[in-house]
Amino acid sequence: MADLEAFRAETRAWLEANCPPEMRQPMKGEKDLCWGGRHFEFQSPAQKQWLDVMASRGWTVPDWPEEYGGGGLSPAEAKVLKEEMAALGCRPALTSFGISMLGPALLKYGNEAQKKRFLTEIARGETRWCQGYSEPGAGSDLAGLQTKAEDKGDHYLVNGQKVWTSYADQADWIFCLVRTSSESKHGGISFLLFDMESPGVSTKPILLISGSSPFCETFFDDVKVPKDQLVHEENKGWDVAKYLLGHEREMISGMGLGSGIGTGASGVTLGPVTKPEDPLLRAEIAAFDVDALAFAAMSERFIDQLKAGEAHPALPSMMKYAGTELNKRRNELVMAAGGSDALEWDSERSRGGKPARDWLRSKGNSIEGGTSEIQLGIVAKHILRLPGA
Amino acid sequence: MILTEDQRLLQDTVRPFMAEEGAIKKQLRHWRDTGCTDGYGTELWKQFAELGLTGILIPESQGGAGLGAVEAELVLEEVGRNLTPSPFLTTAVVAVRALEGSAQADRWFPGILAGETVAALAVDEGKHHDPRQVSLEAKRQGNGFLLNGAKQFVVHGNSADLILVAARTAGSPGETDGLTLFAVGKGAAGLGVDTATLADSSKAARLSFNDVAVDADAVVGEVDGGWGLLSRALNAGRAGAAAELVGVAAGASEMTFEYLKQRKQFGRLIGEFQALQHRAAHLYGEIEIARAAALKAAQLLDAGDEKAELFVSVAKAKAGRVAALAVQEGVQMHGGIGMTDEHDIGLYMKREAVLGELFGSPRFHANRVAELSGY
Repeated sequence: MADLEAFRAETRAWLEANCPPEMRQPMKGEKDLCWGGRHFEFQSPAQKQWLDVMASRGWTVPDWPEEYGGGGLSPAEAKVLKEEMAALGCRPALTSFGISMLGPALLKYGNEAQKKRFLTEIARGETRWCQGYSEPGAGSDLAGLQTKAEDKGDHYLVNGQKVWTSYADQADWIFCLVRTSSESKHGGISFLLFDMESPGVSTKPILLISGSSPFCETFFDDVKVPKDQLVHEENKGWDVAKYLLGHEREMISGMGLGSGIGTGASGVTLGPVTKPEDPLLRAEIAAFDVDALAFAAMSERFIDQLKAGEAHPALPSMMKYAGTELNKRRNELVMAAGGSDALEWDSERSRGGKPARDWLRSKGNSIEGGTSEIQLGIVAKHILRLPGA
Repeated sequence: MILTEDQRLLQDTVRPFMAEEGAIKKQLRHWRDTGCTDGYGTELWKQFAELGLTGILIPESQGGAGLGAVEAELVLEEVGRNLTPSPFLTTAVVAVRALEGSAQADRWFPGILAGETVAALAVDEGKHHDPRQVSLEAKRQGNGFLLNGAKQFVVHGNSADLILVAARTAGSPGETDGLTLFAVGKGAAGLGVDTATLADSSKAARLSFNDVAVDADAVVGEVDGGWGLLSRALNAGRAGAAAELVGVAAGASEMTFEYLKQRKQFGRLIGEFQALQHRAAHLYGEIEIARAAALKAAQLLDAGDEKAELFVSVAKAKAGRVAALAVQEGVQMHGGIGMTDEHDIGLYMKREAVLGELFGSPRFHANRVAELSGY
C-alpha cells in the first residue's frame, strides 16, 4: 500500500510536469481524440507532444508488458494512473481499436513476432486499425461470414465484402475474419491481419441517419495476405474473434458511463439540465440518474472483477447491453429536455445539431458490437444456462 | 470493489447458516402458521448472537466485532435470500448506529450482544416515510420530557425492549432542526401499542404516546440536534434494506430460473422460449447492478465519504425497483403455481413490498437523488 502511495505521488508529479495544459482542457467532441496512425492530423502541437511523452513511458497502454511498448504496470498501478489522470483532467493520449480490441487478442493469441511488431506500433500510435467482422449477409449471425481466403502456398488470396467497418477509410491495417474452410461454420473461420493499402482493398463510407459516416463498406478483390499475418491457427479464428468481442463489449459498455443527467456535467449539450420545471420530466430524469449512478457503481465493480480474474466470461455482454440501453435513454431524455431547441440540425445555437445527431447516433449502440438481443441470448446461455439458448 | 478475504469468510459462514437455520420452512412459514406474536424466532436471534452477528457493528472496545456496513450487507443479503425473519436490521444495524458513541450505548449494547435485546425505530407518522415531517411532541417537564403523538410502521415495535423515538423538541414539521432522539423502554406508562401484521407476516406497531414521561437521560445525543444521529441510523438502515432487497431479488430469481429449466409446456422446457430467456437475462443484469449499488453505498458509508448520502438513496431506489421486477417476473413465470400459498415465490413478493417501503420507497429515494443533485 505504501508503495502504491509512493507511485501515486510520483505519477502525479510526472503528469503535472509532462501533460501540456491544453491537454487538460475538457474535450469538446470526438474530434479532440487522438487516434494515431499514418494519416492522422494532429489538432495541435500539444496533442502530438502528449502522445510522444506518454508513448515513451509506455503509458498509452499502461498494463501491457514493457517489451511490447507498454508500461508494465500492475492492475493496481494502472488504476492509480487512471485516477490521477482523471484528477488532473488529462485527456487520453491515444484512443484506438488497436488498444481496446486487437491488442488484448494479440497478447493472448499472437506469436512472438506479431506481438513485437504490432503491439509496439499500436502503443506508439503508429498504426491505426479497423475491424473487419460484419458482412452484408452476416450481422447478428456473424459466424455465417463468407469472405473467402484461399491458400496459395505462401499467401492467402482474399475476396469478399465487409460492412460496418468503423473508420475503414482512415485506417492503416485491418484485423479481419475470413472463411478458410466451408466444412464447418465456426470451425472454418480464420483471423487475418493486413495492410489497407494492399492492392485490391477499397472502402466506401456509409451515411448514417445522424448525418455522419463513421462506418464503411470494405471490398476485397484478390488481396494477397502473407501467411505470417495469420493469428492463432487456421480455422481457429472464431476463438480469437469471440475473445476480442468481449473486449469490444467492455469498451462499448463504457457508454453507459456518461454520468447522470441531473447530476451535472457531461453528456448534456444544451446546457446542463438543471431544475427541470416539468415535474414529470424531473421524475424521469431522477429515475434515470438512479439507474446511471447504479450502473457507474457496477462498472467500477466490473473493472475490479476483470482485474481480479473474477468476472464471468459472459459478463461483458451484460455490461454492453445495460450500458448501451442506458445511453439511448440518456439521449432520449436530453431530447425531451431540449424540446424544440434540440431539433435544430445545423444551427450555431445547437452546435451543429449535436443533441439530435448524438441522439440518432446512439440508436446504433445497441446494434453494433452485437445487438442487445444477442447479448441477452449470451447471458441466458452462458450465465443462466437456460435450455436451448 | 472486490470482497476481502475476511469478508468472504464471513459470507462463507453466514450463507449456509441462513440457508439451514433461517430457511423459509423453518422460520417464516413456521412462525406464520403457528401464530407467533413476535413474527420471528427468539432462538434464532440467540444464534445470531452466538455467531457474533448481533454485535457486527458494535465497536470491539464494547465487545462487538467492530465491522462496517459492507459486512452488515453481506449478512442482510442472505437474510433476504431466505426471507429469514429477525430483528437484525432494526437492532444490530439501525439502533446500534443510533446509539453508538452516546451514553445510552453502555446500557443497551450488552443486551444486543447477548441476543436478548430487540430494538425498533419509530420515525414514520404518515403512510409514507418522511422523517423531516416528524411532529410527535416532546415537551420539557421537570428533569425530563413528556411525549405526545403517534408513530406507525414501527417494525418490531410490538416486541421491542427499546424504542428509539424521533420527536420534535423545537421548530415545525418540515424542518430538520429541533428534532431529538429518545430511547424509550418497553411498557412505558402512556405508551399504546397496536400491533399490525403486515402482508409478509412481519409485525409492525402503531404507537400512541399519551403523556409518556421520560428522564433527561433518555435523550440520545443532543436535544434539538437529533437530525444527524437519525440520518446516520436511517442511512445504515437504508443501505441494509437495499442489501436485503438484493437478497430477496436474488432468491426469487434463482428460484424462477430453476423453474424455467424444469417446467414443460408444448413439449418443451419453458426456458427454451426466447421471450422468457431475454426477460430472465435482463433481470439477472439488473440484480448485479443493484448489488453493486448497495456495495458502493456501504463502502462510502464505511469511508465516511460525503457521497455516501447520495449513493444510499441510489442503492435503496435501485434495489427496490429491481426486487419489485424480480418478484413480479417470478410470480408471472411460475404461472398458476406462483399464485398459490403453497409455493414460496409469493412470499418473496410480499417481503419485497414491505422492504421496498421501509425507510423510504424508490420514489422517495429518487426524489432525494434529485434534491442532492440540485434539481
